[in-house]
Amino acid sequence: MVLIRDFAVQGAQMLLVLTLAPLFTAYVRKVKARLLRRRGPSLIQPYRDLARLMRKEVVLAESASWLFRVCPYLIFAATWVAASLVPTFRTGLLFSWSADLIAIIALLGSARFFLALAGLDVGTSFGGIGSSREVMIASLAEPAMLMIVFTLALIAGSTQLSTIAAFMTSAEAGLRVSLALGLVGLIMVAIAENGRIPIDNPATHLELTMVHEAMVLEYSGRHLALIELSASLKLILYVSLLACLFLPWGIESAGASPPTLVIGLVAYLGKLALGGFLLALFETSIAKMRVFRVPEFLGAALMLGLLATLLRFVSASF
Amino acid sequence: MLTVILACAAALLALAAFAVVIVRYAAATPIIYGMTMIVTAISLAAAATPLFGAEPAAMRTLPLGLPWLGAHFRLDALSAFFLVVVDLGALCASLFALGYGTHEQAPQRVLPFYPAFLAGMTLVVIADDAFAFLFSWEFMSLSSWALVMAHHREPGNARAGYVYLTMASFGTLLLLLAFGLLAGPGGHYSFEQMRAAHPSAALGALALVLSLIGAGSKAGVVPLHVWLPLAHPAAPSHVSALMSGVMTKVAVYGFIRIAFELAGAPAWWWSMLVLALGGVTAVMGVLYALMQHDLKRLLAYHTVENIGIIFIGLGLALAFKTYAMPFAAALAFTAALLHVFNHSLFKSLLFFGAGAVLTATGERDMERLGGLIHRMPQTAFLVLVGCAAISALPPLNGFVSEWLTFQAILLSPQLPTWGLKLLVPAIGAMLALSAALAAACFVKAYGVTFLGRPRTGAAEAAKETDRFSLVAMIALSAFCLIVGIVPGVFIDALAPVSSSLIGAHMPPQIGAQWLSIVPIAASRSSYDGLLVFLFMVISGALAATAIHRLASDRLRRAPAWDCGYPDLSPVTQYTAASFAQPIRRVFGSLVFRAREYGEMPPPGDVRPASLKVEISDLIWDAVYAPIASGIGVAADRLNRLQFLTIRQFLSLVFGALVILLLVLAIWS
Repeated sequence: MVLIRDFAVQGAQMLLVLTLAPLFTAYVRKVKARLLRRRGPSLIQPYRDLARLMRKEVVLAESASWLFRVCPYLIFAATWVAASLVPTFRTGLLFSWSADLIAIIALLGSARFFLALAGLDVGTSFGGIGSSREVMIASLAEPAMLMIVFTLALIAGSTQLSTIAAFMTSAEAGLRVSLALGLVGLIMVAIAENGRIPIDNPATHLELTMVHEAMVLEYSGRHLALIELSASLKLILYVSLLACLFLPWGIESAGASPPTLVIGLVAYLGKLALGGFLLALFETSIAKMRVFRVPEFLGAALMLGLLATLLRFVSASF
Repeated sequence: MLTVILACAAALLALAAFAVVIVRYAAATPIIYGMTMIVTAISLAAAATPLFGAEPAAMRTLPLGLPWLGAHFRLDALSAFFLVVVDLGALCASLFALGYGTHEQAPQRVLPFYPAFLAGMTLVVIADDAFAFLFSWEFMSLSSWALVMAHHREPGNARAGYVYLTMASFGTLLLLLAFGLLAGPGGHYSFEQMRAAHPSAALGALALVLSLIGAGSKAGVVPLHVWLPLAHPAAPSHVSALMSGVMTKVAVYGFIRIAFELAGAPAWWWSMLVLALGGVTAVMGVLYALMQHDLKRLLAYHTVENIGIIFIGLGLALAFKTYAMPFAAALAFTAALLHVFNHSLFKSLLFFGAGAVLTATGERDMERLGGLIHRMPQTAFLVLVGCAAISALPPLNGFVSEWLTFQAILLSPQLPTWGLKLLVPAIGAMLALSAALAAACFVKAYGVTFLGRPRTGAAEAAKETDRFSLVAMIALSAFCLIVGIVPGVFIDALAPVSSSLIGAHMPPQIGAQWLSIVPIAASRSSYDGLLVFLFMVISGALAATAIHRLASDRLRRAPAWDCGYPDLSPVTQYTAASFAQPIRRVFGSLVFRAREYGEMPPPGDVRPASLKVEISDLIWDAVYAPIASGIGVAADRLNRLQFLTIRQFLSLVFGALVILLLVLAIWS
């Protein structure tokens, strides 16, 4: 009985992130538009876009290989598996022990690996520029993320995301210097990983400034739909991760009665709304930076992560 | 079992002699490689049994070598594990060579030395006295040197052989000194006596440093790695795979044997030295690899990175061992050994892939390849598995060993000393950085070689490689996946090794639910490669079926869009150099003193624009170039001694005699 319930919760979380992901992207766009005093597209626009792309035929470049056609499915699978392992409205996921936080980062790394390969597959200069910049950004963002994971793991005594989230809700967590450093670092990494302003602009198709969009330039139809869905999933994954680590209220696993689940769900939606609003606010108030300023930005995140880990090594009380 | 292995080594030596006889016949290649396959398969089966059944170490003394010493051999768990690495690599390499070797221009330069090289590696890991160890070690070095020089007329290979020979002799010399110190004045050359001797702290420390430099130079630890990226690519590809995937591991074996067993109780700074070297090696190795555009040289430099990861694991194990934390030490040690095994799998696979590309196109330069995925689809798929494994992507095997190393790092705040508390987080950051850069490196290697459009006619005319090579690559990539999804079996097989050297082993993994691995406790961390693999397969398949059933499955081929630019010349593609340019700009200006000189003619001028990139190898410039020029100057000076008159020679001899007598007088 418990197993069935846990299975249902796990399944519900997987479907929840999948269905909410486009909505969240639309919500960020909407808030951004409102902040710019535009009306903005409707909240269901991404769903319409996805449906339209799915129905269309794929226009495949003549020089594309089988890898180019397989990549969208691989990227989607890796991102979805990673996203479904992040607790959203309830911790203690059935399969949370199958991959810890390091494995979740590595799954996202797999998705990026194949995306960068897809960018090189057709053999155009834009695909190359996107892949080349993406791996440069990732080569700094990934270690920064791992250092932050180290900090969290050392504080909670576990790399298991459910355990960390449960620890964060307990009174032991408290206010710590290393946590604050980790939070700032994680936000910086999340911005870079999702290609948001100031690192990359998801709305631009201006060739020389784009990273993610350059890699997926040759994609069309259902392949593009999967790539876009994966990008939305990744964004909601990072916001859920931030929420479950730093705003863990309402996701206690104790007592899976319907009221607590509802509270958890409402709290999760509230956190998403808050996160999306802050992201849009941040994006409208800052300009995109030059590509070669990005290493400084991410280097700062890496240093924050290293400093936080170092503090934890030096003393358990930081 | 030891008897079987010794018989196999003898059979390999006999094969080497046999190869000299039959090398004139065309059938020599399949005969020799087929026979080595059979012999290494038998040896592999014999070596794997001690890992799965708890057998006591077998010992045997043969009346060879020094008359008063004999040759001692011993098969314990550590030897058995490294023997498995050697034999599995050798088995696959021989299988690959059944196809690859038929393209060999000069089989008489390869066939006799290949079984000899394998015999040398086998004997190193079972040797149980200093004489047998050093003799086999030097035999392994020299036979591999002969293989490096197989194509000695190709530009650069002679220099590669020369640098290799110099560094190998240097390394052996230091190991000789290390064993000399451990043997003591009584000349206790057998390892059994060394183990019982418990050397003093100073002696043990000196032996550790000597073995770290001696074995480290063979393994490719920075700054002793310079010979490796020259020598490994110069050899035929199946030998490159063995040198990179297996011989470096034999060097790691030598270090483990001395540092964990013979040199006595570790002092506090041993682990710091090993960790610092490992961290620097990992980051420098991958940065060097990123700057390469020769496929085989890139792979060779990447071996340096992986050796760094292995030494990080060994350093952590030493640290935990020093401070009596046996379970943490067992975790770190197992992580290092698992990475040894994993690296031997995927590095061999990738070198086989490079060999297949070399056979199909005659090119090693990535800038002249491209689009091979269309012409060599099976090779391309298998190499992709290798690239994903070496980039530590789940659910493949590279991720498991890096994950275990990360878990070991997370246990290190409990270490009591400040030096380690400050060093280990930095090492963790270096490990994370090198893992991320490795992925970048293999996106580049794979993307430029196999993806895109062909850059030359040779790449366009490539053909799929032969069946033997494909089977060898399929076997290795299957291993990569199996170790990735059921790592518990392999971790459990390493338990006897870690028990014998650390005194503890990781908790048994087989019983864990769903074949997951739990290094310490389930609440702390666990990973399940099988489930991650299944989840990915299921969700990918689900998405594909749902879309193809419910939405559209139509597809149309058209010219590439490329933002509407119609220039479809393959020259416009990103090259290896341009792909690595952002990373070169971020890291290279510091590490390689990389400089770019761009020249853009003013408007109206018809000269082409040019870009020149200068990269300097700081380690070569700072360490090796001064030594080389110093030796050159000294040799010039000493050269004059050859042109003396007879009187001057006689007075020189007289002077020398007087000085030696004086030294003797003062000494006594």
